[in-house]
Amino acid sequence: MSYNWNWGVFLQPAASGGGATYLDWLLAGLQMTVAVSLTGWLIALALGTAVGVLRTVPGRAARAFAAAYVEIFRNIPLLVQLFIWYFVAPELLPGGDAVKGLHPVTQQFLAGMLCLGFFTSARVAEQVRAGIESLPRGQRAAALALGFTLPQTYRYVLLPMAFRLVVPPLTSEILNIFKNSAVLSTIGLLELAAQGRQLVDYTAQPYESFIAVTLLYMAINVVVMVLMRVVERRTRVPGYIGGR
Amino acid sequence: MSYEFDWSSIPNAAPFLLQGMLVTLEITAVAVLAGILWGTVLALMRLSGIAPLAAAAAGYVTLFRSVPLVMVLLWFFLIVPQFLQDLLNLGRAADMRLVSAMVGFALFEAAYYSEIIRAGIQSVPRGQIAAAYALGMTHWQAMRLVVLPQAFRNMVPLLLTQAIILFQDTSLVYVSALTDFFGAAYKVGERDGTIVEMLLFAGAVYFVLCYAASQLVRRLQRRLAV
Repeated sequence: MSYNWNWGVFLQPAASGGGATYLDWLLAGLQMTVAVSLTGWLIALALGTAVGVLRTVPGRAARAFAAAYVEIFRNIPLLVQLFIWYFVAPELLPGGDAVKGLHPVTQQFLAGMLCLGFFTSARVAEQVRAGIESLPRGQRAAALALGFTLPQTYRYVLLPMAFRLVVPPLTSEILNIFKNSAVLSTIGLLELAAQGRQLVDYTAQPYESFIAVTLLYMAINVVVMVLMRVVERRTRVPGYIGGR
Repeated sequence: MSYEFDWSSIPNAAPFLLQGMLVTLEITAVAVLAGILWGTVLALMRLSGIAPLAAAAAGYVTLFRSVPLVMVLLWFFLIVPQFLQDLLNLGRAADMRLVSAMVGFALFEAAYYSEIIRAGIQSVPRGQIAAAYALGMTHWQAMRLVVLPQAFRNMVPLLLTQAIILFQDTSLVYVSALTDFFGAAYKVGERDGTIVEMLLFAGAVYFVLCYAASQLVRRLQRRLAV
């Protein structure tokens, strides 16, 4: 077993030229991972909240629709969903031809963002539903008795409380969306995992490349956990376990 | 948009797709069994009260849970086989992809299983252990004969749900070009120019299998409830 360790490889000029080093490749990958994960998270939060609310409203049709939505996005593998967004959606959805005319990287980014967003929204919806259902029934009844409309009941009474209760489980969904973004390397999006793979090919230093990428993913994890701990501390509800 | 569907690839490639499904099931089965075994060991290490063992298990779980599965699989496809070949002097030709996939999934899932199992063990009332000790059992006897049987009964639904997730995740062996069910569907679609149909078909098959399995787990959960 003889392996030549060479950590200096990251400072060598990269094959892409222009004075970029291999470290710049990794950082570009990190940037892409963060960008696609965060935009995907915004979609997941918006859709997930809407679907989670629909699962708790009185209307039977709305509840059935929301339940079907959650089952579909939970029971199809992430990779299959991604390929359907990337290869199938432009063929079948209106406006697909316009998408096919876009720059390839834009296409990859759009498919990745929508895939992560919808995939995660089903999980967010379940957490939001659990949060709303964990509230005492009297809160909904009291709001309606005071003359609030149903939307007002959600807007002013149920959701403000439910959101504060679901912050801890949402933290783990944020961690998941960052980890799941590595799957986007399969459609050619140059995010962190793809850059790591590319580094193996170009530098012939597989151990250093993969260790660096693995450490960067762990760093993302630590940063998210530290930030979310601050959010959790600010939003926790007095009187509940974990509250003051 | 008017897209002309052509579903003829599916019956024509049925044996190939079935073979892919067998690979998927094989990886899932091995990874679930090995993952639960190794996960139990990790959980017991973590609850053993022996500081170095507990720290090692906690470190392992944290490491694997903070790294994407794709990254773990890339480690096992690109680096570990080469390392083993160098170490054991195997020929370059030896195809270790299937074995690598199984080992990679098992080690990764063990981290998740160990957390489920740890929670399950901790859900057993303390009095059970005290009673086992009072009957003169050793620590291992108490674990094996009293705590673990009850803990596993509580955990079965969660372990099965995790197995369904693992079944879905096995599609990621795509990164190694190993032909599982999804890989087979994709290859057929690419060959016949019916990628749209084959991807929709693959999605539908995964959905039916996973939805049916999760409904069964839900029913089982109701029956097992103590």
